[in-house]
Amino acid sequence: MQTEQVVPIRTPESSFDDEVVTVIGPDGKVRPEADPKLPVEQVLDLYKAMVRTRIIDTQLERLQRQGRIGFHIGSLGEEACIIGSAAAMRPQDWIFPCYREFGALLWRGFPLQSYVDNMFGNAEDVVMGRQMPDHYSGKKYNFGSVSSPIGTQMTQAVGFGWAAKKKGTDTVVSVYFGEGATSSNDFHTGMNFAGVMDAPVIFLCRNNRWAISVPSEKQTASKTFADKGVAYGVPAVRVDGNDFLATYAVVRECVEKSAKGEGPFLVEMLTYRVGGHSTSDDPRAYRASDEVDSWRQTDPLVRGRKHLDTLDAWSDAEDEAFRKDTEAELKACIAAAEEKPKPALSTMFEGVYDETPWHLKEQQEQCENGPRAKEHH
Amino acid sequence: MPQMNLVQAVNSALRTEMRNDEDVIVLGEDVGKVGGVFRVTQGLFDEFGDDRVIDTPLAEGGIIGTAIGMALYGLRPVPEIQFSDFIFPAFDQIVSEAAKFRYRSGGEYTVPMVIRTPVGGGIRGGHYHSQSPESLFIHTAGLKVVCPSNPYDAKGLLLSAIRDDDPVLFFEPKRVYRAVKMDVPEDEYTIPIGKAKVVREGEDVTVVGWGAMLFEALASADEVAEEGVSAEVIDLRTLWPVDIDTIVESVKKTGRLVIVHEAPKACGFGAELLSLVTEKAFVHLEAPPVRVTGWDTPFPYTLEMEYLPLQHRITPALLETAKYIP
Ligand SMILES: Cc1ncc(C[n+]2csc(CCOP(=O)(O)OP(=O)(O)O)c2C)c(N)n1
Repeated sequence: MQTEQVVPIRTPESSFDDEVVTVIGPDGKVRPEADPKLPVEQVLDLYKAMVRTRIIDTQLERLQRQGRIGFHIGSLGEEACIIGSAAAMRPQDWIFPCYREFGALLWRGFPLQSYVDNMFGNAEDVVMGRQMPDHYSGKKYNFGSVSSPIGTQMTQAVGFGWAAKKKGTDTVVSVYFGEGATSSNDFHTGMNFAGVMDAPVIFLCRNNRWAISVPSEKQTASKTFADKGVAYGVPAVRVDGNDFLATYAVVRECVEKSAKGEGPFLVEMLTYRVGGHSTSDDPRAYRASDEVDSWRQTDPLVRGRKHLDTLDAWSDAEDEAFRKDTEAELKACIAAAEEKPKPALSTMFEGVYDETPWHLKEQQEQCENGPRAKEHH
Repeated sequence: MPQMNLVQAVNSALRTEMRNDEDVIVLGEDVGKVGGVFRVTQGLFDEFGDDRVIDTPLAEGGIIGTAIGMALYGLRPVPEIQFSDFIFPAFDQIVSEAAKFRYRSGGEYTVPMVIRTPVGGGIRGGHYHSQSPESLFIHTAGLKVVCPSNPYDAKGLLLSAIRDDDPVLFFEPKRVYRAVKMDVPEDEYTIPIGKAKVVREGEDVTVVGWGAMLFEALASADEVAEEGVSAEVIDLRTLWPVDIDTIVESVKKTGRLVIVHEAPKACGFGAELLSLVTEKAFVHLEAPPVRVTGWDTPFPYTLEMEYLPLQHRITPALLETAKYIP
């Protein structure tokens, strides 16, 4: 039976399908219309930060396999979207991280030694070994504090940006999350609040195609993650997340607009999680290696290097020397971190509250005067 | 009889009941193709297909809310929460909805659902992969709470839980997952919900524990035996409704009680157990009951072995309690 359509029900059509902002072409040359036209030194800095991130990831994964650290969650393949977006933030802006953005933390000036101390959870770790590795905190660097529960940082970033706006500043807040996190309560609430409050927040969705073993198409029936901006009245854009200049350019524009009160924005950064979800994961159990291989072709570092070649700004010898120096710096940090003692027992009881109440003092005394546990099994 | 670890025993229970009852559905994050981050649901996807073993979007409130809806319709969903630390986005659905449906609808609607979730520390998981939130659910009328310590009990209890007509929180001690292997029948069998087990008989002091800490309690019982103290060890297996009779009977014999749990002390389940025993066996107590628990702090990373109530802390508590002179 043929029925006539009487109510105007519409199937949403994606308005974002084919629109992905790219700057660096496969040949390394830039598309001039989208090029952020950064000075060569800054382009080099971004490139070096990506290489540094890769070197650290590789080394930390090795350390975990050797049993010297308990855990690492890295950004293999996602360096361009993390560094490009972090670099687009102005010094007065804030970054609310997920758990994969140590590259952004280091970009902000957090000392490598402190980061490595966090990986070892030693006495000099900023969070005193209270949290797992890669769960750092960087307030001095206008950088948030990492927690594991998915999505929670998003509403917080909105509140933070909203507060900054109430105080009359032009501060902008960026918040990272994976595409899996767009299914979480806090994504929807965060986007909704941000839209209603005109909060100066940039939602940075790293669409790396996988949420542990769950592929991105199982997270949503929307055609793209950028589409989600439509329902909340939040302007959105898709960008090639393996292109550090494109990511920089897009986020920079969102920052400038947000600073003028034109935020919030949703940026879907298309990238790929080349490694496992974390050192606890073996992705061979759920995805084909040729998929990974095809993404390796789009490696943001290779692309970045090609671009440098077009600028004639960086030689193989310089590249080699930079990598060697970074490896040496990291090695020294690891050696130092490994030598440092564990946090004192008192750090377990202090800092639960501003002032430690009687019951925790009592428990601390019991613990300190009681028998010591055996080492980790 | 096959030897199974706890992961395999839970898997066997799920497989058994999914073969028995086509209304049993498994859903959660990563439970499908990869078989869960701990591989507890491994192979179920291949056997039962994506219609019954479902990788959901990343939203615990969605997992539990839709599982409740399926249960209301008549299915028997067994949702997995990847770590019990991540159950909180679903807290509203569990506490306000699943727990209250039977009561608030005058028995019209019931929620036969088992929420499986790994619990506990000692695996280098820090704040968010180590906690023991059982007492939050015990405190909520309408939920049953189960926590097996070993593979055999895990299979029998899970089969009972899936067949139960009330919502059950099924906590799986992740530190035990691959640490213990024992004989577990391939065939089906059940262990009743609400029955504790005296796993070691003794005369001088009663120790109550569950989950991973049961093994610590047993190790301490061995240790104090060398000093002539005979400890009776009770594995609760079901936390709520608790088998208070077994505990009271034991305390009437020993006159002394030590409770062990990983969760923080304040309002931990030990507090309720201690109150119940005081109410029901006050005159039999010959020493102050003692709780050996996690500290009242967030669960730490580097110092987790100092946080947990392990053998090194249970043994002195047993000795002091057993030797206490009023
Ligand atoms: C509330 C909550 N549920 C589950 C988890 C377990 N978990 C950790 S990471 C992850 C997948 C996240 O995927 P995505 O958001 O896409 O980010 P990605 O890891 O790919 O960067 C899951 C399910 C968690 N940390 N928090």
